[in-house]
Amino acid sequence: MRNVAAEVAVIGAGPAGLCAAYQARSAGADVLLIDENKLPGGQLFKQIHKFFGSGEHQAGVRGFDIAKALLTRVAESGVRVKLDSLVYGIQPDKSMGLLDAEENCLLRAEKVVIAAGAKENYTPFAGSTLPGVIGAGAAQTMIHINRVLPGKRVVMVGAGNVGLIVSYQLLQAGAEVAAVVEAAPRIGGYGVHAAKIRRAGVPIYVGHTISRAYGGTDGGGDCGAGAGGVEHVEIVRLDENWRPVAGSEFTLDADTVCLAVGLSPMTELIWMAGCRFEYIPAFGGHVPLHDHNMETTVGGLYVAGDVTGVEEASTAMEEGGLAGVAAAEALGYLSASAAARKKAEIAARLNSLREGPFGDARRAAKEKQLAAMARFCSCEAERGAV
Amino acid sequence: MPEGLVYTGIPSAAELAACPGIPSRERTAKGRVAVIECVQEIPCNPCERVCKRGAIKIGERITELPRLDGGLCTGCGVCVALCPGLAITVVDKTYSATEASIDFPYEFLPLPQKGGLVEACGRAGERVCTGRVLAVKKTAAYAGTAVVSIAVPVEFADDVRTMRVLRATEK
Ligand SMILES: Cc1cc2nc3c(=O)[nH]c(=O)nc-3n(C[C@H](O)[C@H](O)[C@H](O)COP(=O)(O)OP(=O)(O)OC[C@H]3O[C@@H](n4cnc5c(N)ncnc54)[C@H](O)[C@@H]3O)c2cc1C
Ligand code: SF4
Ligand code: SF4
Repeated sequence: MRNVAAEVAVIGAGPAGLCAAYQARSAGADVLLIDENKLPGGQLFKQIHKFFGSGEHQAGVRGFDIAKALLTRVAESGVRVKLDSLVYGIQPDKSMGLLDAEENCLLRAEKVVIAAGAKENYTPFAGSTLPGVIGAGAAQTMIHINRVLPGKRVVMVGAGNVGLIVSYQLLQAGAEVAAVVEAAPRIGGYGVHAAKIRRAGVPIYVGHTISRAYGGTDGGGDCGAGAGGVEHVEIVRLDENWRPVAGSEFTLDADTVCLAVGLSPMTELIWMAGCRFEYIPAFGGHVPLHDHNMETTVGGLYVAGDVTGVEEASTAMEEGGLAGVAAAEALGYLSASAAARKKAEIAARLNSLREGPFGDARRAAKEKQLAAMARFCSCEAERGAV
Repeated sequence: MPEGLVYTGIPSAAELAACPGIPSRERTAKGRVAVIECVQEIPCNPCERVCKRGAIKIGERITELPRLDGGLCTGCGVCVALCPGLAITVVDKTYSATEASIDFPYEFLPLPQKGGLVEACGRAGERVCTGRVLAVKKTAAYAGTAVVSIAVPVEFADDVRTMRVLRATEK
């Protein structure tokens, strides 16, 4: 088995990983950045819309343009980048299994940053295994990376930002969006995204869900999903206890159902390494404990971005930067005062991103996560003292 | 069904009335001015940065709603193209004796033709009236977003916010 070594290994080249790699490298560390995709950039390459956030977070710039800028910076800084390479396992001593172009390697690094992002959730309903029922992320990949339309007429399930934005992108790509259906009594994503698709004539049904997808006959043949796929979708209203209201069903013609029902942090590697977790629903499920340096309960193992709790590219970039600075400091590349200065700047920007009605829940969730980490550390300290 | 942006995806009349980005009646009567229909506190502030006249204020807390200073706004339209929420239009109720012009962001293909007729639509995508295309601007600085300007009867100036390209059979 070939050995691969680096001072800092960053797993995942999305916005978080790119920023972590850049910060650690520009402080002087030898950095290896690894991504299983053929293209770095993570989610950003699928985002053709203009981003939110402040000017500092490149608001108003389209996602893929942000990715290009981050990539150039990373390339110029001298980070070693390995694409099409998967980290499939990690030991508590942080040694990792790496598939580098199908060759099995042993990867060792003094500091490891896991920035693996998030994965899409699924929701079962009658007919949910029919061809033509896909994730919103898959729809985005098909449109923007593979340049094929997933279907002609789509029902989107979920009115969070992902459901709203992907609906808009489906319209731009030339599909019809028959409806956006949201089980909650209100639209979860930003109102401006909802307003865009409403202006384009797409109805949004809050307090409704998909009860059934029909199809499976040859009649679906001329649609994107192919013969045997979805042909009709039944929608039902939910009462205040989220129970279907009998008799409220109606049917829409559609050949595709897109699920945008939330994301969960991709934490497998972090569990494997033996890190401690906390269950925080606002962050999408179990999230690893980490301190203000983004370091987990396993020394030298850092986390950043959606893997620490599903948020946004802007927060992912800042968390990545924090992890990169902290790793470089721990390796002796940055003095404590230089690192403290950089970290304070980043922390201030992170705070400004976790404000307002949308940010408050995330700020509270982050505080809970940091507090759980502090509790863990003081327990460990006590145990050490005995 | 309750009204309002979070229930329908459409800002209600009450939300628009309370919105600090909407110019006063007096200002609107004077001609071209930005109408910022941004009614929800989201972490966003590029409109403040791109307005070279300083007519849009958000401040330190980037979740504050953008406030329009109608006295400073010239209706130049830069913010229309660069607001990622596509929440800004420039309205000119003095375009002609009977018509108003509406400049709005548009990110679909095909783009309309200057001089052509389009279906002028409202906040729910509903047809409001017929509009005449005055200009279609798509500069490099607009980063992919086109700004379409259409003329509509002045009584529809507060309702028209976008358009649909008419199919050949509808013309
Ligand atoms: C439709 C949509 C719209 C969005 N719009 C916005 C927006 O307007 N503004 C905003 O700020 N955010 C937005 N976001 C959110 C943003 O894209 C994410 O929060 C951000 O990409 C998270 O960054 P990340 O680096 O943590 O993860 P990701 O971008 O998901 O990157 C993770 C990377 O890790 C790689 N990886 C994972 N596991 C391994 C492994 N074991 N080995 C090797 N590689 C691995 C993956 O291939 C991937 O490339 C949007 C998201 C979606 C889905
Ligand atoms: S139209 Fe021009 S002057 Fe008016 S707010 Fe927008 S950018 Fe500023
Ligand atoms: S840029 Fe647009 S969406 Fe963002 S705050 Fe300004 S008006 Fe609102």
